Amino acid sequence: MRTVQPRPLPMRLLRARPGGILPILAILAVLLVLVALRQPDFLAPPSLMSFLGRSAPVILLAAGQYFVIVSGEFDLSVGSLVTAQVVVAARLIDSDPSRTWPVVALLLVGGALVGLVNGLITTRLRVPSFITTLGMFLILVGAVYLWSDGAPKGGLSEEFRRYGRRAFEDVPVLGRVPYALLVLLVLVALAVLLMRSDFGRTLVAVGDNPRTAELSGVRVWRTRTIAFVLSGLAAAVAAILLGGYSGVSFQAGVGLEFGAITAVVLGGVALGGGRGSVVGAMLGALTLELLFALMNFYGVSGALRSTVQGAIILLAVAVSATRNASRQGET
Amino acid sequence: MSVRSLLPARRPVPGVFVALALTLAIGWLVVTIDGGQLFNQSTTVSLLHVAAGLGLVAVGQTLVILGGSLDLSVAYVISLSTLVAAETMNGSDGAVLPAIGLALTVSAAVGLLNGLLVTRLRINAFIATLGVGLLLKGYLDSGYDGPAGTTAPTLVQTLGYQRVGPVPLSFLLLVVVTGAAWFALSRTRFGHHLVAVGGDPTVARLSGVRNDRVLVTAHVLCSLCAGLAGIYLASRLGSGAPRVGTEGLYDLESIAAVVIGGTALAGGRGGVVGTVGGVLLLAGIDAIFNQLEVDAFFKQVIRGAVIIAAVAVYAHRAVRKAAS
Repeated sequence: MRTVQPRPLPMRLLRARPGGILPILAILAVLLVLVALRQPDFLAPPSLMSFLGRSAPVILLAAGQYFVIVSGEFDLSVGSLVTAQVVVAARLIDSDPSRTWPVVALLLVGGALVGLVNGLITTRLRVPSFITTLGMFLILVGAVYLWSDGAPKGGLSEEFRRYGRRAFEDVPVLGRVPYALLVLLVLVALAVLLMRSDFGRTLVAVGDNPRTAELSGVRVWRTRTIAFVLSGLAAAVAAILLGGYSGVSFQAGVGLEFGAITAVVLGGVALGGGRGSVVGAMLGALTLELLFALMNFYGVSGALRSTVQGAIILLAVAVSATRNASRQGET
Repeated sequence: MSVRSLLPARRPVPGVFVALALTLAIGWLVVTIDGGQLFNQSTTVSLLHVAAGLGLVAVGQTLVILGGSLDLSVAYVISLSTLVAAETMNGSDGAVLPAIGLALTVSAAVGLLNGLLVTRLRINAFIATLGVGLLLKGYLDSGYDGPAGTTAPTLVQTLGYQRVGPVPLSFLLLVVVTGAAWFALSRTRFGHHLVAVGGDPTVARLSGVRNDRVLVTAHVLCSLCAGLAGIYLASRLGSGAPRVGTEGLYDLESIAAVVIGGTALAGGRGGVVGTVGGVLLLAGIDAIFNQLEVDAFFKQVIRGAVIIAAVAVYAHRAVRKAAS
């Protein structure tokens, strides 16, 4: 191995490495320009802040999914976990404000527990995570319907819903700052710090080559299990925000797992692990949300949305895949 | 290298059939104690009908998974195929063959697209087929609110409901398709190449296999199987149904059936016979719980647990084998 003189920082940022965040920033910029052309009001601080607040749950799910994917696994259970959490919260709180905090704590513990079970089954019993979390998906959906006899019961308290739909109003310059946005910012900071810590590096190493990591003394199973727990926790926070924003329904989390995986891949993270950054994953989620907003502005009918979404995902991933391939061809 | 590994890769009876026999035996016992009958005419027929639909999809899914790929778009291909078939027939017996031809052509085209995205553009199969699924979902959601078209009465009477003794015609179709897939996998060049590509793409390429062509073929065959399942469902329901694929969770359940049947999700190991065992196991559990009148949601919980447990058992055996 030869030592390489580190390039000056600006150069390193500009160089679009595979797994770098430059492509996703470019897509995001294009979408922002399109939004600005069609609906300039959208970029005014108050509406932009509300948009960011609304996007918080999906961004958090993408971050959670990132931890799992970068370590080389999948988590298909997060959507059903969100649904289960929202329905459970409504039934337990039953519109009684005094139960808000115990239930929030319970949701977080529950999310971590589901992640722990996913992680242990995947790592200790060596079941592929696709199957583990698919089974967990079926179990959670079945269990939550079973427990509530097919229709959601109870209701969320205002204290609970506050985090998903209220904001600090009349903030200078920004207009309004949703609580969800503050929660998001804190967790984003934590996620970035985590990925810069020893644990973050270990996580990527495990995804890149589990065998090498194992031989270097990493306890691969523990690292991956922690990734699943983080994903479960992210789903719990997302459920609290989503339940607050849009209320209780069995549809609360439907399809979120595929949305999160798409966002992560859009953000330059390789399925199979070892490449990509958590910031890229979260930007991917933001891009996806902005895409939906844009489709609204351009009057794309709700039904056609998935077609446009599918086309854009295929396009973005195809472009980055062919670029990686051509780069590999050069060296 | 031991002598054993030099022998042709013959697979013993997959463990799933042992599990199937045990499940049916225990289920029969429990149902009998409960005062019901597990193996009367109507339960057997409905079990085989359920197995036929899921089985057709799962056999196709086996091919792509063996090749190291995956198809998440099958649920939408099924819905699309029911609509194409039913709308082309529009209730007339004369249009049965053109309708079937058209439905299969459309399905094959989707498979071709999947295959080209995975091989030429090197998009991860998970994302590629998910994206194609979304494309189809948009088309289905924007074009259809509910059932459309009418399946020709002859097709309803034959493929939909006719049976030979307790065995529905559709299940015989599954047997034929499985037989063809088994033959293709174990006796043709395509089959050996597919397993080689799934096992180690680099080694396969260096040995002269045209990986791309093999994988595209597998994707086309997989979509054809899903299209066939769609035609069967159209003849069962009497019309095209834009949500039948997704509501039946055919995408995820077919993958689950393949894996329960002993095929490795990473590719290169397994076969279609095991897959049919996996399908029968899922359908059998369904039938037992129906007889016991267990809550539908509880059934789903058990299903999830069974899928995980089955794969855990395989993984455990694989680890033990590797250690010895």
